[in-house]
Amino acid sequence: MLRHVAYTIALFAVLLTGCSSGGGGDDTATSRAEVPIGEKDSHYLFYSGGHSGQVFVSGIPSMRDLSRIPVFAPSPGHGYGYDDESREMLGDYTWGDVHHPALSKTDGTYDGRWLFVNDNAHNRIARIDLNTFKTAEIIGPIPNASGNHGSSFVTENTEYALTATRFSVPLPKGRYAPVEDYEEEFNGIVSGIAIDEETGSMGVDWQILTPPFNWDLGSTGKGPSSGWAFWTSYNSEMASDSLEIQASQMDRDYAAFVNWEAAEDAAEDGNYTMIDGVPVIDPAEAPGVMYFVPVAKSPHGIDVTPDGRWIVAGGKLDPTAQVFDFEDVQAAIEEEDFQGEVRGIPVLNYDRVLEGAVPVGQGPLHTQYDGRGNAYTSLFIESSVAKWSLPPWTDEEKEDLSQVVTDKIDIHYNIGHLVIGGSDTREPQGDWLVAMNKIAGDRPLRTGLSKPETSQLIDISGEEMEMVAESYTSPEPHFAQILPADAIQPDQVLRQSDNDHPEAVWDPEEAGITRDGNEVTVHMIAQRSMFTPDVIEVEQGEDVTIHVTNVEQVADMIHGIGIGEHDTSIIMDPGETKTFSFSTEETGVFPFYCTNFCSALHQEMQGYIAVRPSE
Amino acid sequence: MDEASRSNTRFLDRPLNTTSRILMGLAALLVAGAILAPLWQIRLEAPMYEDPLLMDIYAHKLESGNDGQDLKEINTLNKYVGMRTIQEADFTEMDWMPFVLGGFALLALRAMFFGRIRNAVDVGVLFAYFGAFSLYRFYYQMYVYAQNLDPTAPMNMEPFMPAVIGSNTVANFTQWSYPNWGSALLAGFIMLVVAAIWRSRNESHNAS
Repeated sequence: MLRHVAYTIALFAVLLTGCSSGGGGDDTATSRAEVPIGEKDSHYLFYSGGHSGQVFVSGIPSMRDLSRIPVFAPSPGHGYGYDDESREMLGDYTWGDVHHPALSKTDGTYDGRWLFVNDNAHNRIARIDLNTFKTAEIIGPIPNASGNHGSSFVTENTEYALTATRFSVPLPKGRYAPVEDYEEEFNGIVSGIAIDEETGSMGVDWQILTPPFNWDLGSTGKGPSSGWAFWTSYNSEMASDSLEIQASQMDRDYAAFVNWEAAEDAAEDGNYTMIDGVPVIDPAEAPGVMYFVPVAKSPHGIDVTPDGRWIVAGGKLDPTAQVFDFEDVQAAIEEEDFQGEVRGIPVLNYDRVLEGAVPVGQGPLHTQYDGRGNAYTSLFIESSVAKWSLPPWTDEEKEDLSQVVTDKIDIHYNIGHLVIGGSDTREPQGDWLVAMNKIAGDRPLRTGLSKPETSQLIDISGEEMEMVAESYTSPEPHFAQILPADAIQPDQVLRQSDNDHPEAVWDPEEAGITRDGNEVTVHMIAQRSMFTPDVIEVEQGEDVTIHVTNVEQVADMIHGIGIGEHDTSIIMDPGETKTFSFSTEETGVFPFYCTNFCSALHQEMQGYIAVRPSE
Repeated sequence: MDEASRSNTRFLDRPLNTTSRILMGLAALLVAGAILAPLWQIRLEAPMYEDPLLMDIYAHKLESGNDGQDLKEINTLNKYVGMRTIQEADFTEMDWMPFVLGGFALLALRAMFFGRIRNAVDVGVLFAYFGAFSLYRFYYQMYVYAQNLDPTAPMNMEPFMPAVIGSNTVANFTQWSYPNWGSALLAGFIMLVVAAIWRSRNESHNAS
């Protein structure tokens, strides 16, 4: 009885003190995320937008929404996917699935030039220019690649964006083989997408043929692991149906350790087979290009530490983060310390290369680093983030690695990826961590059947993690990148001298309509608050091409052209020239107008396309 | 002319002393420098412009901020109220003003090498006339721009007088107008000329 009373009192004490200290802590923590009205955030947060096909940009620490960059999907608000240039970039698809954004690097640190993003659905990769925040280039579908998920991982000096396939298919694409012949007929692919140092333009340089494992996530090496890249896989079972069960049978799956410099050499030496126009290297024929390392069941993330020595894989169905020592990996390769091989690819001796498996908790997915010797692993099943210390560990710690787990914080709910600024560089920023969560539950205001995604901002500058802000986004961020605001100075206008569109006109005297047979060409100027010319007389059946230049040189002076009952939304940012074309199929007079509010006389900014019957 | 007034003006014929000659030399340098310096600045501030719109007036040219785009912007805005397009060609004084300033530099040098106090006084008087005329001319041009508004302009606005020195508010804009450092050179010029006269005149008094 006495004991009972004592417990009750103790419980009360905990509740009381818990409430007061928790409440007080929350207040100060939340104020750390506050950015006063009129002031700017200190960091950019670039989210992948998942199957929206976009990139979402927010500010840290306020988590305020800043903008969206349309990449693989049309965006009428940006005029993206309606003018000739962006339509050509989008090709035949109206959507894509953006998973893993990667910032360009120089000497292993972010250089603020480009952001690369993958399209998991249509096997493409895009480059966003961080001077303009616009999609500059899309390449793909990449030959032989199906399910461009393990992408885009940028090397130390942006030599390559490296990608690996989630799905395997019979190669080359377009070839039929029965799915039951999966093991024999299907293959995965690792691709080296070379990036031009000056222009950033991309091209598929070489590929590596792999067994039909499902490649998942990856990262690139630096320091001692410079020249290497790493991917986890699931389905080492090579099952082709009911993967949920069939691909979860073995206790270990394989991670691929790829020496991309060796792959580059093999391609240069002609040690490849051309498949669908790409040199494809068979790693069994090119020793030293690829090794397998067993990792605990169905891993997800595999992340290289800032110093390049430790490689951490999350187990997903195994409650540990496994730490591999790249120095041991190199020694094992040198001494050929292999525990077997799969299709001629050596499997490194697991015990030799594993430094330890840290019991971080249930459902470890993905690990990031703060540059102070700490690792942070997202725990999907447990809905939390575990903070733990990287090696070197003491003998006592090695006895029981649960001792190196130093902190945990609850996440709402079911965290997928997490990101720390610069975690994949030599110099992590180490101040903020963003958790990107898969289940919002009933946390936000109800929005009907469809729920937003949640993001939570965690201050990691102290010993203990502290949650300071949360926000909601549309579907569906997977991973993100964080860049200090002062790392870039984006343009506010396209200067007249930098506009290289061959059909740009700047002087209203030069604007006008010219005809060549059936072809009508309009050189148009948009400037507050009129279009010149603003009446376009054409005949039915003529093909019209309009080159419209927004001659404004003032920040935010954006003009648009929307044409009634024509599926056209063009946006010209200050200084831009856009080209679009249509054929005049129906007679009538079609008003067009400026869609983006520009001035007091914005409403008056309009014109007519008058289509008379052909004679 | 009686003896008293003759003795009052007699000092004009005396040569400039060394200090005064140095001062005249410096004055020549300043006025020559003003040929290339911005004389006046007009600045327009409005909430939507992160950086104000700037227009610098030189003896020989009109220069505007943001690589000349600010002048285009000012003209885009002027269109709304029906103000005539501002362009360099309208400022005919830019054709002759550099030569006049060059002339003052030569006159100052003449006073330095050959001069009597009389020469320095001539330079000062001529310059005062030139300065007053230029200021009036500037005022008049501002007046003409803002008084003759096109009645068909989108916005009907009462004609107004922009600030010549100081600020004026029109709609959402605050217009500032003030001398730039080229004008400081010109002010320095006239002060040096006066100082040169003063130094030599004082010496003449002491001598007599």
